[in-house]
Amino acid sequence: MNALFEYVIRLGDDSLIIGHRLSEWCGHGPVLEEDIAMTNLSLDFIGQTASLLKYAGEVEGKGRTEDDLAYLRYDREYKNTLLVEQPNGDFGMTMMRQFLFDAYRKLLFERLVNAKDETIAAIAAKSLKETKYHFKHSSEWIIRLGDGTEESNQRVQDSLDTLWRYASELFYADAVDAELIEAGTIPSMEGLEEEWKKSVGEVLSEATLTIPTNNWKQGGGRKGMHSEHLGYILSELQYMQRAYPGLEW
Amino acid sequence: MVTEKEIWRYLEEVFDPEVPVLTVVDLGVVQKVELKDDGCKIIITPTYSGCPAMKRIEDDIHEKLAEKGIEKVEVELVLSPAWTTDWISEIGKKKLKEYGIAPPEDEVDKSVLFADPTVVPCPKCDSRNTKLISQFGSTACKAHYQCNDCLEPFDYFKCLR
Repeated sequence: MNALFEYVIRLGDDSLIIGHRLSEWCGHGPVLEEDIAMTNLSLDFIGQTASLLKYAGEVEGKGRTEDDLAYLRYDREYKNTLLVEQPNGDFGMTMMRQFLFDAYRKLLFERLVNAKDETIAAIAAKSLKETKYHFKHSSEWIIRLGDGTEESNQRVQDSLDTLWRYASELFYADAVDAELIEAGTIPSMEGLEEEWKKSVGEVLSEATLTIPTNNWKQGGGRKGMHSEHLGYILSELQYMQRAYPGLEW
Repeated sequence: MVTEKEIWRYLEEVFDPEVPVLTVVDLGVVQKVELKDDGCKIIITPTYSGCPAMKRIEDDIHEKLAEKGIEKVEVELVLSPAWTTDWISEIGKKKLKEYGIAPPEDEVDKSVLFADPTVVPCPKCDSRNTKLISQFGSTACKAHYQCNDCLEPFDYFKCLR
């Protein structure tokens, strides 16, 4: 297995799937401004996906383009975390998923800008500028909702309780990461999860939300073992290319 | 034989499809012009990762330079160094304001939650009494503001650093 290809696919698939989830809000936002905000975020993520999957295709060297990788793989070949494929739920659930993810991506990109791999560093530097806006947006919503009314607090607390089990997979690391860190391709990720817990903890505390004490961790996405939700996402995402192979417009 | 300077001048006739008062040169997306034996290579960089205008800008550059009789044109998209609103020219900022879009201001620290948003003067009446409606506006590069005095809602080309 090509470790670099695998690593870039994991980054790219996280962007692709959360970008798709956000796009599902188009025309359904609770207020017009948030409808537009979520589609803006989606666009940033799809753009990052295009850069990442294009690079993955180049690394692989088999002539696959970013579109081939996005539209023509099977579910087990997608390596996104389970967190990003979880259903949108209500607006609070979507913002909680986004908040947990944005906090991770911001810290991750802050490290990856120093990657020796120039393409990864360039994509990280570009994406980081966008991610700062994303993280501010989701953090402020978590505080507004958590420290809001009784109902908004309850709903967003339920979302945290539901999603918390998926968060630790963001820090999943195996031989792929070890090989790239060893070779100096990407910097060490030591202490990343602790930094994330601190960053997330500060906002959750201000939001008067309680971090679940149940520490059950659910992972599998990084190895291609997904929840039932990914299949439904892919059936919609891939529909046009499966029904009309090679379609362009 | 065409010169580099002439090519830069031709590129000043290529407009951003979403903010049609700005040229790709004003916007700062053209990084470099390289002369080749029988043509040239133009290196551009995207504003935002997902900016849907990039493909169109690439096509428009090809079209414009073909119109000027330059036969072989290659357009390359690079991500590094990452684009920043600091690269929008002074003329570009003036054109934005005249068009009704507030040009980028120095930003407030994004890591401070609920910080008072950047004061953005209204492009219509110049009042500084304006409010942020949403950090995410009509395109990836804009935020949505409203003037409290003349009540005009307006786009703000948000600072990206």
